Parts: sequence; structure tokens; C-alpha cells
Amino acid sequence: MEILQLVLYGLILGSIFSLGAIGVSLTFGILRFANFSHGEMMTVGAYVAYTVYTLMALPFWVAVPVALLAVAGVAVLADRLLYRHFRRSQPIILLISSFGTALILRSAVQLIWGPENHLYSTEIQFAERFLGMMIKPDQIAILAGAVVLMVGLHLFLQKTRTGKAMRAVADNPELARLTGINTERVILWTWVLGGGLAAAAGIFLGMDTRLFPEMGWNLLLPVFAAAILGGIGNPYGAVVGGLVIGVSQELSTLVLDSTYKPAVAFTLMVIILIVRPTGIFSGRST
Amino acid sequence: MTTLLSIEGITGGYGEADIIHDLTMTVNDGEIVVIVGPNGAGKSTAMRSVFGLLKIRGGRILFRGEDITRESTDQIVRRGICYVPQTSNVFPSLTVHENLEMGAFVRKDDFSQTLEKVYELFPPLREKRRLPAGGLSGGQRQMVAMGKALMLDPQLLLLDEPTAGLSPKYMDQIFAIVAQVNALGIGILMVEQNAKQALGLAHRGYVLTNGANRHEDTGAALLANRNVAEMFLGG
Repeated sequence: MEILQLVLYGLILGSIFSLGAIGVSLTFGILRFANFSHGEMMTVGAYVAYTVYTLMALPFWVAVPVALLAVAGVAVLADRLLYRHFRRSQPIILLISSFGTALILRSAVQLIWGPENHLYSTEIQFAERFLGMMIKPDQIAILAGAVVLMVGLHLFLQKTRTGKAMRAVADNPELARLTGINTERVILWTWVLGGGLAAAAGIFLGMDTRLFPEMGWNLLLPVFAAAILGGIGNPYGAVVGGLVIGVSQELSTLVLDSTYKPAVAFTLMVIILIVRPTGIFSGRST
Repeated sequence: MTTLLSIEGITGGYGEADIIHDLTMTVNDGEIVVIVGPNGAGKSTAMRSVFGLLKIRGGRILFRGEDITRESTDQIVRRGICYVPQTSNVFPSLTVHENLEMGAFVRKDDFSQTLEKVYELFPPLREKRRLPAGGLSGGQRQMVAMGKALMLDPQLLLLDEPTAGLSPKYMDQIFAIVAQVNALGIGILMVEQNAKQALGLAHRGYVLTNGANRHEDTGAALLANRNVAEMFLGG
């Protein structure tokens, strides 16, 4: 049934959006700014995995952790060199700085790996039948990987001392400081987690489609739309937002040409901003 | 009697202008000290100066004889000084239990006994411990805020208008708890608008006007003082 197939594709794509949106929401909730370089962190993750797996011919389960650590490192470095100096500045300054970081990262990727498309592997995968729908092994891996990461994040935020401290800082940074929580430490963890999740999203995107320097930048709109839809600052809302946008985009192809897919994300974002600006699950109002 | 906290000639503010001028206050071991004064007198500012939340341009602050004027907020908290702000004093999306857990954040030891004591002091919190703190009533949120501060096992508690906006029933409860906490040996520095009840509880009090010292005496003496009564206690 075509609709179910589209919903499945929507969930796969939506999982990728969700992973990106979680990072955006975490960064917004704790650091209080919209990180426009989040897409590029996805791109870097995809390309680092490409280098380890495709170019160095190491196993995929080596490539993924290396890519996650690399992007976490890039995110922390960007914070140490740049964003840290603007902790008390207006959010717009941080936003523009992140825009600059995005340009630097995207250009670096193009310089190092070239502007042409790349693929993780030239093997052709055969789709398998599952409940009347077609799904490729890679896509199963994406769904499974996304679930594992989301559950892992949930457990981290709810059960660990650092996770709770992150939620506390997102709630009230000054009170957190008065409670003796080291906010700089929490910020470090935010970049590590956000960067790691972005890297995973980038890798999954590369697996499902292809690698090219603008891949992450192109996803910025649906990822932000997902974060806003779910309530910016709320990582759980981001998951729902991502899936809603993914499924909506795919279902829209029933009535619209597929080139309009980004418009679907944009429209949903505008609708939620008009009807319920804090998002489905009430994120931060800042 | 040993001096717990000594604020010596502090002058400072948040921005360019100074809000407090040459302010001097002490809290001795085991005392309840109350700060009263009209709105805008700089009472809250005086308390916040202890935590490095102010630009201090003169004077110093000593805790048990050590200079803490330039220390960072989390260093000061680690010394066992806890501050409960007037508003925004709980983490709304965290549960009551998680708020209390966060209160013990800097502690490296097992804090389950302290947690038990806090639940005994505030029975409604035990009942609502899995609910997000943001959904509680004003009085119960104040209990979470104080309970969270007590989780640190502090030596000194700074309370900024703990009964503000509360119903008389909760007001009495909070004052009773302040007395109980003090009986455990914890020093208390408290800003209160509810001057009469607060001074009745206090060992000593300071009256501030326009960011400077105006009167200082025992709680009872300030209550009996005609001038003070006229100014703040409603005659």
C-alpha cells in the first residue's frame, strides 16, 4: 500500500530529522541560541565516517564512534574558540557566529573531500519485504540506530547526575549556579551530546542518500522546523517533531511534486508558530 | 561566640551605579539574623553580594574568618553557604525529588539521611516527590526551595523573603521551620517584609534604608523601638 510505504520512508527520514532536532533543542535550551552550524556538524560526521569506512576500509562499527567523537570534538573546539566568548551576549550574535562556523566547516569539507557526490559503498542493496512494505537493510539499521540513540539519551537525561544537571541548567541557569552546578561542565556535555547526535544523523543521511558538502545545510530547515514544532528546548518534543515532519514530507508527494517537500517543513513550522508558538510540548519561550 | 559570616563595609551594585554603600553585618554561629527595611533598601542585594552576584567595589566578606569576596559562586556553595532566592527558586521541570537531589549536587557523601530529614520536615513533599516542582502551589514550591537548600547540609542559610506571597497558614509553617532548622545549629540570615513576625523570631536584626545600615539591635529591641515600629511594622 503506497501510503504505508510513504509513512515508512517518512519515519526513516524523520528519525534523521529527530536526531538533528534533539541536538538543536539541547543547544537552544542550555546555551540559549539557535545553532546554525548544526547541519554542518552532520556533514562532518558523515564525511569522517566516509573517510574511515570507505577510504581507510575499516569496519563500519569503527567508523561510527570515530565520527561521533570527531564531531563532538569539533563542537567543543568551536565553543572554546568562539561561542564561549559570547556567553552573556545577545542570542543574535551567537546565531551569526554559528552561521560563520557553518561556512567554515562546509568550505573545509569541500576543500578536503571535493564537491562531488560520494557514497559509503557502491554495493547495491536489495530491499526486503516486511509487512507488505519494502525496506532496505540500511534503512532498518537507521531506524534501529535512531531508537538506540534516543533511548540512550533519555536514560542519560533522566537517570544520571550530569543529565539531571543539564535539565536543571536548561530550566534556570542562575539557580543552577547557586546550587553549585558547574555550568561550564554542563555546556561541555551539551556540545558533546549535540555533536554526537548530529554526527549520527549525518551518517544515517549519507547511508540513505549520498554525501555532498551541502547535505547538512539542506537539512537545517526541516531540523529546525522539527525542533520548533516539538517545542524548542524540549528534546522529547524534537523526536516527535522530526517524525511528524518526515512523514508529512513523504505523504505530501501524493498531492505535490516532490520538489515541494521543503515547503512542507516550512509550512508546518509557520503554522505552529502562529497557532502555538511554544510548540506541541511547550519548549522554552526565549 | 564565633562569627560565621562577616560583611564588612561592602559597596557595590549590578551595573555602574552602587546599590549598597559601606554595608556591615555579621551572623554568629547559631543565630537567626533578620534584615528589614522598605522596598528598594537593598536588602536582597546585600544577600546576593555574598555569592559573587554583584560587582563589589569596596569592602570584603569573610566566612569563618576566610575572605570569600572574590570566590566563585560554586566555591562559596561548597563552603556550606546556601541561598534561597525569592522567586525562581526551584527547577520547574524537575520533580520534587530531583530538585532535592540537585540540592546535594556538591556533596560527595551519601545524602540519603539528609533527604529523609527533609521529607520529615516537609511531609507534603514526600507525597508529591514524583511531581514536577513547577506544578506545585506557592507554599509547596517554597518548601521545595528550602528543602533543596537544606540538602546541602549547610552551615549558613540565606533566605530572601521566604514568606512572600504566601497564605498565613504557610507563613506560620515557614517561620516554624526556620526556627527548627536554626535549632539544628544552622545559622540563618533572612530578608523579610513580614518584619514583625521575623523580628520576633530573630536573635538580632538590621534595618537598612537606601542601601546602608540604619539600625542594628537584638530582635526584641528592634520590635520595641518606636522609630522602627513606625517605619516598617505598621505602628
